[in-house]
Amino acid sequence: MSKKERNPTRRTILIGASCVAGALGAQVLLTIRRAQATPATMAAAIRQVVGEATVNPGKVHLDLPPLVENGNTVPYSVSVDSPMTPSDYVKAIHVFNEKNPQSNIISVHFGPRAGRANFTSRMRLADSEKVVAIAEMSDGSFWADTVEVVVTIAACVEDGLP
Amino acid sequence: MSAPLINLPAHAKRGEIIAIKTLISHEMETGFRYSSSGTLIPRNIITEFLCTYNGEEIFRARFYPAVAANPFLTFFTVATASGTITFTWTGDNGFSETASANIVVE
Repeated sequence: MSKKERNPTRRTILIGASCVAGALGAQVLLTIRRAQATPATMAAAIRQVVGEATVNPGKVHLDLPPLVENGNTVPYSVSVDSPMTPSDYVKAIHVFNEKNPQSNIISVHFGPRAGRANFTSRMRLADSEKVVAIAEMSDGSFWADTVEVVVTIAACVEDGLP
Repeated sequence: MSAPLINLPAHAKRGEIIAIKTLISHEMETGFRYSSSGTLIPRNIITEFLCTYNGEEIFRARFYPAVAANPFLTFFTVATASGTITFTWTGDNGFSETASANIVVE
């Protein structure tokens, strides 16, 4: 008996090996399930909106807390420096993120009747990441603001996962 | 069921910029989460929000799964005339909700 415990038999080795393989398999599964968008997919999502146009920094202000405790509901607001007249107004604001499963967050459309190119809402963030707000002007130009956020409790992973 | 909440001033001066706040209760299930049995929970979100002022569109939003549960929006408009401001939310599984508020402009 005591000899059996000290020297592993072929059977115990096989059992041990299968346990390790199982654990690795579960690990791989987890990694796949937590698939994220990457900075490249965010760039692709932005390209879909802006097309070939260049995106200039400035004019847009994305107000987002730099440290977020709960990624499930992150308050933010976007404002754009624009006179909002019929000849010069903000047509739309698009918000993107880097690491959620999908890069788009929201697209809002204004007209000159908005009076102020400004909106407030709440987003979900899956990780510490960059958030980009892009404003589309009536003259066809695009302006952007980028904010880096640190998230301590991420959205999307709270339940369901083993 | 989803009981939207709308907040905007009942009276405004002509040409004044007013803030409109809206909140609707909706789980905004992302479609990226798994249940404890390992099956993917299907997406169930609001996809479109539309606000019209006396029938004319003043604000529109396209929502993605990254919009937090119980979507909340604050935006602005110029008070041009007395009338009705109407809000419509539409989404997955035939979700549709409408609310309206009246404004008196002097």
